[in-house]
Amino acid sequence: MSTTDVPSVKPPARDERLAQTTAVTRLLRRPEFGALVGAVGVFVLFAIVDKTGQFASLNGLARWSDSASTIGIVAVAVALLMIGGEFDLSAGVMVGTTGLFMGLLVTQAGMLVWPAILLTFLFAGAVGAMNGWLVVKTRLPSFIVTLATFFSLQGINLGVTKVITDTVRVAGIDEGIGFDSARAVFATDLWDPYKFRIAVVWWIVITIVATWVLTRARFGNWITAVGGDANAARNTGVPVARTKIYLFMCTSMSAALVGIMTALRLRSVQAGQGVGEEFTFIIAAVVGGCLLTGGFGSAIGASIGASIIGMAFIGIAFAGWNTDWSFLFLGVILFMAVMVNTIISRRASGGRR
Amino acid sequence: MTSVTTDQKPILDLEGVGKQFGSVIALRDISLHVYPGSVTCVLGDNGAGKSTLIKALSGVHQPTTGTYRVEGAAVQLGSPRDALSRGIATVYQDLATVPLMSVWRNFFLGSEPTKGVGPLRRLDIAKAKLIARDELLRMGIDIRDVDQPVGTLSGGERQAVAIARAVYFGAKVLILDEPTSALGVKQSGVVLKYVVQAKERGVAVIFITHNPHHAYMVGDHFFLLNRGQMIENWTRAQVSLDALVKAMAGGAELEALAHELESLGGATQEAAREEISEMLETEQ
Repeated sequence: MSTTDVPSVKPPARDERLAQTTAVTRLLRRPEFGALVGAVGVFVLFAIVDKTGQFASLNGLARWSDSASTIGIVAVAVALLMIGGEFDLSAGVMVGTTGLFMGLLVTQAGMLVWPAILLTFLFAGAVGAMNGWLVVKTRLPSFIVTLATFFSLQGINLGVTKVITDTVRVAGIDEGIGFDSARAVFATDLWDPYKFRIAVVWWIVITIVATWVLTRARFGNWITAVGGDANAARNTGVPVARTKIYLFMCTSMSAALVGIMTALRLRSVQAGQGVGEEFTFIIAAVVGGCLLTGGFGSAIGASIGASIIGMAFIGIAFAGWNTDWSFLFLGVILFMAVMVNTIISRRASGGRR
Repeated sequence: MTSVTTDQKPILDLEGVGKQFGSVIALRDISLHVYPGSVTCVLGDNGAGKSTLIKALSGVHQPTTGTYRVEGAAVQLGSPRDALSRGIATVYQDLATVPLMSVWRNFFLGSEPTKGVGPLRRLDIAKAKLIARDELLRMGIDIRDVDQPVGTLSGGERQAVAIARAVYFGAKVLILDEPTSALGVKQSGVVLKYVVQAKERGVAVIFITHNPHHAYMVGDHFFLLNRGQMIENWTRAQVSLDALVKAMAGGAELEALAHELESLGGATQEAAREEISEMLETEQ
């Protein structure tokens, strides 16, 4: 180690070759910049077409942040996973699986609500670890592995629920002991009369923690490296397999958080809950500036992406349009965001990529 | 430190090392001695066994026969990590850095300096940036901005970052896999400069290449590999650039090729002859 005798060669405070890297370029280089511009645009659009006069108020904010928070909590984890170079198509169905799992523990096995919640998180972690382990060991694309998990879980959700309850839903979760305290933590309202969902607080905290991990922690460095170039990462001693498995576990457990929130809020869970959401999470992450190829992206970006989707869902309803159109809107937004992100990142990195 | 002294003990030496994959003999009876503060060049054409040798040296493959000694002690390297812990670092041609990550993040990748405890343990970013900049400067690499992505650096600079990183983390032996093969003339010069820098800091450099010109510019020892065997072993004093080029180009084989082409006759004949005599004079 030659750490002690570093000579005092002080580089010039400002290199003349740095002239072109202005504050604007630095801003443009940030992965979430395109999403931020998009979010402002979407907000202005729906504020204009709004027929209720509510969209641009605190009331409107409470409504769309409710929708955005449950997307955002999982999208942030999905974004980290994408930065780590992998996909998880089972993240949507996991919301339903974990909700049902917790519901069955409480209503059928007669468990207390809190231990059931703990067990549900452990279960989700195990499913995530299995996803990650299969991806790492088989070296199959995670797209395929998690697609298989997706369909398997979807089948299990329906099958198990029907066998046990004879219906396609698990109801009566509010009869469990400890339901009220759990609901106060995971599914209550804040700030009358606007009724912000407590999920929004969870979402913001998770975004901050994820951003901190990604930019400040050692593990975050490994996430970016593993997605950027797994071979180079392995050569420098980064535990590639472990990093990926942890990321899959985080994704499943964030889906479990939303599953638990939904179960406590609605007091019942449908067997089909969450199916189809996996792409919403991926859209939020991609709109937020995550590269599909891995190695680049941000957690804040994914949250901004989730906000755009939340604003679109609520804004379309507030504008008095048929909500059937919201998926068309999502498709267009996704395409535009990817276009803009690609152009910006090409410009900012000086014509590369 | 700049010249090889024979009384020095080799930091790494191979004695009759062979590697067999099933019925394929990739390496046969390789003997190689590497001294601190010197550049050992391993030359060979495609398929000569260079990659297998690198993998045997860096712990990816285990030799099937022979002894591998590090600082006099026989070792069995189980993995690249094992080799790294003994101070043997390998810089692969394209697999050394993560393009989208910044210079300082790449520099410390896998060995990040941290501060704080428990869940608040975080990267010591200020320290990492400072060390990265200083260490690169020490190697004579003037990076404009350690925050810029490595992908925006030139190929030579990227190799240099990987070399500086290996040296900083205490590499005693630095294995460079074709560091100049994908680079232009100027960029190759840049990398060769860092090879010399590393050598002058007492590192034993193993420079694997198929370019005798690059090898001759920095090498103290030259080993020539052909069809899995070590066919030549020269010190710098024993060989001229011409001899090295000729040996590398496979002089006899090229002459045979010239005759073959000559017998084709016609208009191509003159051109072919010219071409080949040129190749014999200055390979590459």
